[in-house]
Amino acid sequence: MATFTIPNVSIKGVACCVPPAIVENLKHSFFSQEDMEKFVDATGVKQRRRVEKNVCTSDLCVKAGEELLKSINWSPSDIEVIVLITQSADYLLPISSALIQNRLGISTKCICIDIPLGCSGYVYGMSVLGALMNSGKFKKGLLFAGDTSSKSVSKKDKSTEPLFGDAASATAFEYNENAAEMKFDLGSDGSGYEAIIIKDGGFRNQTTVDSFTEKEYQEGIIRNDCQLVLDGMEVFSFGISQAPKTVNALVDFYQIDKSIVDFYIFHQANLMMNKKIAKKLKLEDEKVPISLDEFGNTSSASIPMTIVTRLQNQINNKSSKLILCGFGVGLSWGTVYLETTNDFSIVNLVEY
Amino acid sequence: MDINSFVANFAGIFDDTDSSLITATTKFRDLEEWNSLVALSLISMVDDEYDVKLKGEDIRSSNTVEEIYNKVVANKA
Repeated sequence: MATFTIPNVSIKGVACCVPPAIVENLKHSFFSQEDMEKFVDATGVKQRRRVEKNVCTSDLCVKAGEELLKSINWSPSDIEVIVLITQSADYLLPISSALIQNRLGISTKCICIDIPLGCSGYVYGMSVLGALMNSGKFKKGLLFAGDTSSKSVSKKDKSTEPLFGDAASATAFEYNENAAEMKFDLGSDGSGYEAIIIKDGGFRNQTTVDSFTEKEYQEGIIRNDCQLVLDGMEVFSFGISQAPKTVNALVDFYQIDKSIVDFYIFHQANLMMNKKIAKKLKLEDEKVPISLDEFGNTSSASIPMTIVTRLQNQINNKSSKLILCGFGVGLSWGTVYLETTNDFSIVNLVEY
Repeated sequence: MDINSFVANFAGIFDDTDSSLITATTKFRDLEEWNSLVALSLISMVDDEYDVKLKGEDIRSSNTVEEIYNKVVANKA
């Protein structure tokens, strides 16, 4: 069972960047008003941000990173490790974290790692960066997490397109011998690999002309094989069972009293799913912030996006106890309990 | 659990469909209100009431309310 602790690492601050263009679901260019009203009602996603064609995940990450470094007064030359979580890297290769290293002016001695996870990725990224840093070899590191999912979905697919928003985040990690241990529960279930998938364009199904043929799967679901497939029923069934399980596994294993946790920040999947998860865990509404109404499902950026846009007043420059939980594509899930320090810096949402 | 209470719970997931239209033999996909979002409510109801994880495939391979009921019973066993 992947339940473990990481000592000596604390989070110094977090910043998020979104594109300025707002897409309103009730004014959808392809689906009817009636369809979209039902959609908004069930999923809670009213609007989201969409990048222009020439803007990539790394661009949003660089902007978030610059604002974060300014806010916490770190120099780029201080950074020794970068972990980037993304499923919409600039290129198939090289890794985008190296592009970020270069653009932020970070030393070439820096370690750069890309991890192609989605909704569970923020928590996974924390565990990877934390594990690299906790021995004290590296004093400062950055975790980037985000996606431009709008580039992966079909505009004619109502099971995906109106759900996803574009965003990226930067989180600063620091070696700190006084830090409270981060406590993790992580897991994976590859038997569900088809529940969220882009079928073509990898090396199992290399891109061919046929990859771009649009197929109608049912009314309102038209896409090609280079575009994202989301089996809504399968993912819903997975989410409402696995998310409560991983949170309970963590609090049971480490005997954490659920009532001492200030906020539970879940991946923003859809409102029906998130409400159900909170209900199963018997959490009070005010401890479970929601940001998907304004930004949609922002993949691995959804947890930091919720912190930046919904909790700034409550936890900025303050010591707080948080549980973060991500779950989705893989299938994969992760939960972390952490305590922020009283100089924890939440940067105002920036646009690029 | 029995089929009658399951039918009543099934009817409860709809907003605009009269419960008299839902019986064990109802082909739920033919109901005007049925869509993929209502399917999520079905999964949620089955989780709440029966503590059973209904999979997407369970729903896709069923036509009537009773067939869903049988899958819930089978999962429960």
